[in-house]
Amino acid sequence: MTTARPWVQPSVLPGFGLTLGIALAFLGGVVLIPMAALVLKAASMPLDDFWRIVTEPRALASYRLTFGASLLAACLNAVFGSIIAWTLVRYDFPGRRLVDAIIDLPFALPTAVSGIALATVFAPTGVVGRWLEPLGIQVAFTWVGVVVALTLIGLPFVVRAVQPALAEVESGLEEAAESLGASRWMVLRHVILPAISPALATGFTLALARAIGEYGSVIFIAGNLPMRTEITPLLIVIKLEQYDYLGAAALGLVMLCVSFLVLLAINAINGWRTQRMAGRR
Amino acid sequence: MTTAVGTEARPGEGGARALIRAAAIGVSLAFIGVILVIPVAAVCVHAFERGWDAYVAALTTPDTVAAIRLTLLTAAIVVPLNTAFGVAAAWAVAKFDFRGKHVLVTLIDLPFSVSPVIAGLVFVLLFGAQGWFGPWLQELDVSIVFAFPGIVLATLLVTFPYVARELIPVMQLQGREAEEAAVSLGAGGWTTFVRVTLPSIRWPLLYGVILCNARAMGEFGAVAVVSGHIRGLTTTMPLQVEILYNEYDLTGAFAVASLLMLLAVATLVLKTAIELVTGRRHRLPLRGDT
Repeated sequence: MTTARPWVQPSVLPGFGLTLGIALAFLGGVVLIPMAALVLKAASMPLDDFWRIVTEPRALASYRLTFGASLLAACLNAVFGSIIAWTLVRYDFPGRRLVDAIIDLPFALPTAVSGIALATVFAPTGVVGRWLEPLGIQVAFTWVGVVVALTLIGLPFVVRAVQPALAEVESGLEEAAESLGASRWMVLRHVILPAISPALATGFTLALARAIGEYGSVIFIAGNLPMRTEITPLLIVIKLEQYDYLGAAALGLVMLCVSFLVLLAINAINGWRTQRMAGRR
Repeated sequence: MTTAVGTEARPGEGGARALIRAAAIGVSLAFIGVILVIPVAAVCVHAFERGWDAYVAALTTPDTVAAIRLTLLTAAIVVPLNTAFGVAAAWAVAKFDFRGKHVLVTLIDLPFSVSPVIAGLVFVLLFGAQGWFGPWLQELDVSIVFAFPGIVLATLLVTFPYVARELIPVMQLQGREAEEAAVSLGAGGWTTFVRVTLPSIRWPLLYGVILCNARAMGEFGAVAVVSGHIRGLTTTMPLQVEILYNEYDLTGAFAVASLLMLLAVATLVLKTAIELVTGRRHRLPLRGDT
């Protein structure tokens, strides 16, 4: 049985062929063939047409909004997510466990629900929007709303990535630094930040990856004005509704390539973390 | 870090510490409050704004009932299929060494990093009227896109990694000795899996199934692309939320949304319970924690 398969180590355990067969059949049928259909569709058009579609002004405006808002949301999450992680790890206060559990809500909450909830709350007449309106801050139907929605869905990634890293920073190290006369700022800059930065990078990239592809929670609050508050995934949906399959496939390929780049970044960061961890031992 | 440290406390040390603590807690609670708690509370408030009777009436319109049924049916097909895939993939990856294993694991993760809209788009390009198999399906009079099979396929794709992703690291950590012992004592493959492997992976398995189910019932983007929004026929609960919201039926939209939120809360409670039982905390549900 093993002689025919030089690419697999012999084992006494049964079921290799069956389970790998099932896994590959699913992977092929559900993921790989459909993805290949997208790539082939985009590749079936002349390069000029492809280039014209993916660089038309409306598409460029949508990239700017999608990537800009995603980057901004990931930065906001890096700052506030770290503060929240710090609060949850270092302080005890009434309701801490509840707050800790709530952090995961954006993972479990369907995006349509968070979408209509944010749109209602941040509308000029909404609970929060009402307070921001006199300050001249309009959230709903502007790019700010897109950032708010993307911040919501990205928050758990940063908090959950940073929490364990913060818990691992030996407080003895901080105390030693402080007793040697280091200011709080120096402790933060030279002890805490270096210790959590790989985890923070992972959380940031995961939040960014999630934000770039997000659709449901954004479209209700964004207002979806072409050239202004239209994200790329929405532009793909609009092209599909107009039966412009080629246009949708071209934009889809652009997004797929960006996803791959982010995936590579995540793997690179993970490699960096493993290396650092190995170096510490 | 709430206790004073160092041999000689600097002047005002305790005060500054308390100030930082108060500021950190304040900023955290304010941020979570504005971005998470208030919107979630708003869903409940708007759902019950016009009273319990209006809430029940909104949930029992024929279209909404059909949407609930479609969502349950989709999850009932997708979750077992992805569970079967996840278990099979985890067995192959964790119990055997073969070339290309890393590629396989990376490809299983792929749907996590793809936009839900792309997950719907690929099936339209395959099975839509102008898709690769479109003309052929038309001849057979089978519709996949804008019909139930499309919804199932799109949901399968977005929830694809959930169970496998939970099981692979756990089963890799557990090694192979127990199974090898069972097999060498004469147990068959199935018996070994059910009696030896399954008891040790039941919590992570349940964890993956619960997350997979939550995503399957709540998926919006991928399903929106392939559904065609035919009321009462191809409208799942999240799509029904969108339709009602766009028609300014806020009570109806938030009533359906409140059910989905209940699902999310139940998912979180179960998830937290499993984390308590297994003693694993603060986990990233996606990549990065292996």
